[in-house]
Amino acid sequence: MKKFWGFVVKEFYHIFRDKRTMLVLFGMPLIMMLLFGFVITNEIKDAKIAVLDLSYDPTTRNITNKIASSGYFQIQEVLTSDKDIESIFKKGFVKEVIVFEGKFEEKLYKTGKANIQLITDASDANQAKLIAEYTSGIIRAYNNELNSAYTMPYKIETESRMFYNPETKGVYMFVPGIMAMILMLVSALMTSISIVREKEMGTMEVLLVSPLRPIQIILGKVMPYVFLSFINAVFIIILSLTVFNLPVQGSILLLLAECLLFIVLALSLGILISASTDNQQVAMLLSMVALMLPTMLLSGFIYPVENMPVILQVLCQMMPPKWFIEIVKGIMLKGVGLDMLWFETLILLGMTILLLSISARKFKKRLE
Amino acid sequence: MSQERIIEVENLVKKFGNFVANDHLTFHVNKGEIFGFLGANGAGKTTAIRILCGLSAPTSGKVSVAGFDAYKQTEKIKRNIGYMSQKFSLYEDLTPFENIQFYGGIYGMSAKVIKERSEKLFKRLEFEEFKNKLIKEIPLGWRQKLAFSVAVFHQPKIVFLDEPTGGVDPITRRQFWDLIYQAANDGITVFVTTHYMDEAEYCNRASIMVDGRIADLDTPLNLIKKYNTTSMDEVFYLLARNMNKQ
Amino acid sequence: MDAIVAEKITKQFKETVALKEVSFQVRAHELFGFIGPDGAGKTTLFRLIASLMLPNSGSLKVLGLDPVTEFKALRKKLGYMPGRFSLYQDLTVEENLDFYATIFGTTIEENYDLIKDIYSHIEPFKTRPAGKLSGGMKQKLALSCALIHKPELLILDEPTTGVDAVSRKEFWQMLKNLQKQGITVVVSTPYMDEAALCDRVALIQKGSLLSVDTPENIINSFKTELYGLRSVDMYNLLIQLKAYAFCENAHLFGQYIHASFKGELNRNDLLNYLKTKGIEDVEITGIKPGIEDCFMQLMVSNETLETV
Repeated sequence: MKKFWGFVVKEFYHIFRDKRTMLVLFGMPLIMMLLFGFVITNEIKDAKIAVLDLSYDPTTRNITNKIASSGYFQIQEVLTSDKDIESIFKKGFVKEVIVFEGKFEEKLYKTGKANIQLITDASDANQAKLIAEYTSGIIRAYNNELNSAYTMPYKIETESRMFYNPETKGVYMFVPGIMAMILMLVSALMTSISIVREKEMGTMEVLLVSPLRPIQIILGKVMPYVFLSFINAVFIIILSLTVFNLPVQGSILLLLAECLLFIVLALSLGILISASTDNQQVAMLLSMVALMLPTMLLSGFIYPVENMPVILQVLCQMMPPKWFIEIVKGIMLKGVGLDMLWFETLILLGMTILLLSISARKFKKRLE
Repeated sequence: MSQERIIEVENLVKKFGNFVANDHLTFHVNKGEIFGFLGANGAGKTTAIRILCGLSAPTSGKVSVAGFDAYKQTEKIKRNIGYMSQKFSLYEDLTPFENIQFYGGIYGMSAKVIKERSEKLFKRLEFEEFKNKLIKEIPLGWRQKLAFSVAVFHQPKIVFLDEPTGGVDPITRRQFWDLIYQAANDGITVFVTTHYMDEAEYCNRASIMVDGRIADLDTPLNLIKKYNTTSMDEVFYLLARNMNKQ
Repeated sequence: MDAIVAEKITKQFKETVALKEVSFQVRAHELFGFIGPDGAGKTTLFRLIASLMLPNSGSLKVLGLDPVTEFKALRKKLGYMPGRFSLYQDLTVEENLDFYATIFGTTIEENYDLIKDIYSHIEPFKTRPAGKLSGGMKQKLALSCALIHKPELLILDEPTTGVDAVSRKEFWQMLKNLQKQGITVVVSTPYMDEAALCDRVALIQKGSLLSVDTPENIINSFKTELYGLRSVDMYNLLIQLKAYAFCENAHLFGQYIHASFKGELNRNDLLNYLKTKGIEDVEITGIKPGIEDCFMQLMVSNETLETV
């Protein structure tokens, strides 16, 4: 046992003496959280638009005022001819042009129908869609206001409420994903690199001929990273609590336990990667491509699984981060317990046991 | 042998922070000579070679290589030298000809000249059987010989060899020195470092570096006589150990 | 009991044969050297001995144990220093030594006597990271680490490669001292001149042993008369010698050219021949061959055997 702890202590020396390792371990989670939390957002605020009002009557002015005062938009320019539309988009500031047809009010009251055209800059498709939706929403509200003076025979009102994320904040979506990503990166990437480094340096040869058993070597290399990854998980939860005011609705204890399970899973992936190469760069590349990309793309982190082609959906079911993210969302946002998440947990547990046994077998007690 | 000086070094100093790697080196190398640059590990050989190759600037002192200044004309220096070391020489996943094509291309040689010269080279080295193999499939000794030929392929004025024969079998090692002699005969100046002291005796002149300084410099025969020994091995041992004790 | 007994061991990697039916014995308390160039198979052989690889065929006993089945017992009695000195560059001198002591289940204090002579050189720098040591000091630290568990057999793969002549000499002195303390030492090296420092050597080339014997016996078995020749223009002398009809072999050796001739050497004929080539200052002396001469001769005869 003393041998084993000597090994763990040595591993901590490596970690604490390498500034880059420390930076990846503790700087990256912070930076990623802040990046995803503040920079990437799907809310609209002060979007710049232009208005081409060919009618300029009280109704069109009313609508324009409503839009301008909504807080979502800022009217940058008032156009006088439809020839200006193209050129103003090319300048790049304006994301939407609202066109009122001529004799707007007259048409509206005489025929009961008048047209507004919304032209958006769809070079950023998501943003364009959002802007158009927000604008139509405001116009619809104005329309309802007009009609409230009259009683309509039949009318269906829709009212939507956002559960679990009432303000539709981006952070709520990203925190579980970032958690999966960071734990995956720190655990798998760092362990695979640190094992492969020993192979490159030739120290692995000496470790192998020592009385240490292979399982002791693996555990010794992995232990420090379990510990550090766990600290990282706690760190992320604290960050989301304090900086983003994202509460943990469910049991924190359960959340931490699930994190630990996912960490062990990621570490066994790291061991597996290190068994397949003798070169640090290859280990790094493998971890990036084989672990990071699926975590980002095939886990529901950024793109919803339900919208993918069937083959990819099946592939997603095999990705550990997908299950982990579902668990974290369940605990943090919905506040559910193990009674609802036992299935997901069981799948993660099964994957962990499978990967651990494969990696333990692949780790060699000799050089070939 | 002409006495034209192709490398001139006067009071060269190179410092890294407080550490003085090269401490007032003064020496010259004549055109067409084989110059042995000996020294213990960490004596400052590598630092000096990097400066002479235009890869790092001296802290102070005058250094001229092939008539160019080591402070300002490093690009011109690089165009006029060849370099080979035990560690870095050829791309392992290319064939000998592809390696030559690549290096020839770097030095701006035309495809026609490259093809002509490389065919001559392969014939002279009796290299035909390896011509279409990848470098990594070729035995080490042959690889080193080829690497040397590549380093002088663009007919540089000086070629720097950093421990070129480490780990090579004794017969190949001598074939390698045949190549060095040939190059020197063709007028290429050879600047070589080695841990094999018998090789030091093949040089026209040799310098021995100890702790950043040149402890002595002369023809091997004169050095052996001066220190009353029978071989360069003993000369080296004497100089390096005495300095260590101080 | 012999420390190592190898009988016809063969090791193959895909198509390349790294070792071809290699047989030898290393006696207990012996300082034994494997001498040969890179790629001769030295590292593979050492990994087989260290139980890090398995032979394809043949039998191998190390300290009476089978490296294939009894590797656990063997690894406790074995000190191994791989080719690239296996130190943790970011750990200090003392931490490195302490780490290796711990994983072998011992402490620095327990076996301090054994490493004292070696470790005392570097002890003043014990708080310095191993990566910042000079080549010679790294080598000493690596040796201390390989010795810390008091092994019966110490195997060192190219410990002197890339190390300067002074450090090399010191290192061999340390190995001699270890041998006196009853440890069997097996070393590999590409430097032929180090052969003379071993009790017995095996010359290895292309996966086969050319010869296994004491350095004296190997030199005594050199088959032909050897001469040293010297002139001012050595390169020209070498070319002309190689062209001489009765010359069998001519190689550069430091200040001399070592040459052997077909039949008895007729000095006058040779001097006359060289005179016609414009070389008049030749000095010819009969000399004793070195290990390197022997290695070259064995290499050539081995290759002609192969091609036949």
